[in-house]
Amino acid sequence: MVNRVMETNKFKIQAKDIHAYYGTHHVIKGIDMDIKPNSVTAFIGPSGCGKSTFLRLINRMNDYIEGFTKTGDILLDDKNIYASNVQVEQLRKEVGMVFQKPNPFPKSIFENVTYGLKIQGITNKSDLEETAERSLRQAALWEEVKDDLKKSALALSGGQQQRLCIARTLAVEPSVILMDEPASALDPISTAKIEELIFELKEKYTIIIVTHNMQQASRVSDRTAFFYMGELIEYGKTKQIFLNPKKEKTENYISGRFG
Amino acid sequence: MNPIEVEIEKINDAVLEMIELVKAQLSRSRDSFMNSDEELAHQIIHTETRVNSLELTIDKYCENTIARFSPVATDLRFVVSMLKINSDLERIGDYAESIADYVLNINHKLEKTLMDNVRTDEMFNLAIEMLELIADAYATDNSKKMKKLFAKDKVLNQINKEKSQVIAEYVLANPSTIHDCLYLHSTIKKLERVGDHAKNIAENYIFYSDAKVLKHKK
Repeated sequence: MVNRVMETNKFKIQAKDIHAYYGTHHVIKGIDMDIKPNSVTAFIGPSGCGKSTFLRLINRMNDYIEGFTKTGDILLDDKNIYASNVQVEQLRKEVGMVFQKPNPFPKSIFENVTYGLKIQGITNKSDLEETAERSLRQAALWEEVKDDLKKSALALSGGQQQRLCIARTLAVEPSVILMDEPASALDPISTAKIEELIFELKEKYTIIIVTHNMQQASRVSDRTAFFYMGELIEYGKTKQIFLNPKKEKTENYISGRFG
Repeated sequence: MNPIEVEIEKINDAVLEMIELVKAQLSRSRDSFMNSDEELAHQIIHTETRVNSLELTIDKYCENTIARFSPVATDLRFVVSMLKINSDLERIGDYAESIADYVLNINHKLEKTLMDNVRTDEMFNLAIEMLELIADAYATDNSKKMKKLFAKDKVLNQINKEKSQVIAEYVLANPSTIHDCLYLHSTIKKLERVGDHAKNIAENYIFYSDAKVLKHKK
């Protein structure tokens, strides 16, 4: 019994034989993947390889895309997130997402961070303030905005806006954070801040990041998954992938010799 | 060719040149030492500056590749290995020069019996054979050949281990040869170190080629 409990706690996310289609276009071809809690996993691969589609499967972001279908299961804490009793809103509270371009709401910084709580019906001012400060601190933005929480989020720099979006994600206390190229629109200093943040956040969260920046993948992640044409070509410890990849395709891709 | 491949090729060619150069230096140090050829000793000392300058060139190429291309996978292992191999080769070059210095200091041919007792010629030949193996394995990209030199290093170590006893006995019997004996003792020690560096080179090459770490493993 003890063994079984340990076994079931081993992985935060498990994907089992995932196939996905846009209409008849087969975009994910039988992917199995286990992701440990409190880890950073990087998804790499050329455009159109299926990595973003796969990422979006983890919080059911593809559900409303016309013609999208999938087979196979994704388990979060051993529970199938595609089971009929799962509420998508509840799932997305558990699995937060940060996008390529910062997408703050055209509201104040404070309203942005507390938005998720408000739609959950939390109105107590001190609760909201407490959460706002905690989330902004976690997102390493607090010191820069604490005196100006009423300022429009759109007045922040790109890097600050992205950290605000991370704070907004953290405010609803997810356990998994999906990041789809979170630093690709940012300058190197803001990128460094986001990467440092990812490193700190993995203490509490399980993070998956899609990136086209090989050095970013090698810097921030514990494990790296290389996707190519809908298949998971190689998945292993980041150090191993970047020092000694087992598959020639991986080697060619990460060393810039593809095609 | 993609830009990083151009850089890798430059490093590869320069390391190949370094191997040939150091191998030639060691081989000439044998000829110079065995025949007390002072002219050759001067040539070795003169050529040492080329070894040093080539070492700097290889370092520069490697640093450039790291700075500009952030190599990964095989490229990364190649650059890291070549940096280390470069430094081992340079040390072997230093030993060849030291031996040439001894030739000038000794200033005459050593007793044949003394040299034979210590297995001097064999020691030189083994060290040179190790470098020949490196040159061949490197040029043909063959890590299996590289592994052959581990056995030679063991023989070098054995000869080195026995040398002190053999030399001590010789000095007791021929006290006036004490200076010659000290130089010979140091020469054998240098050649034993050549073997250690050659072994490092093989290990680092295998790390690059097979991604295996052999260092400090028995």
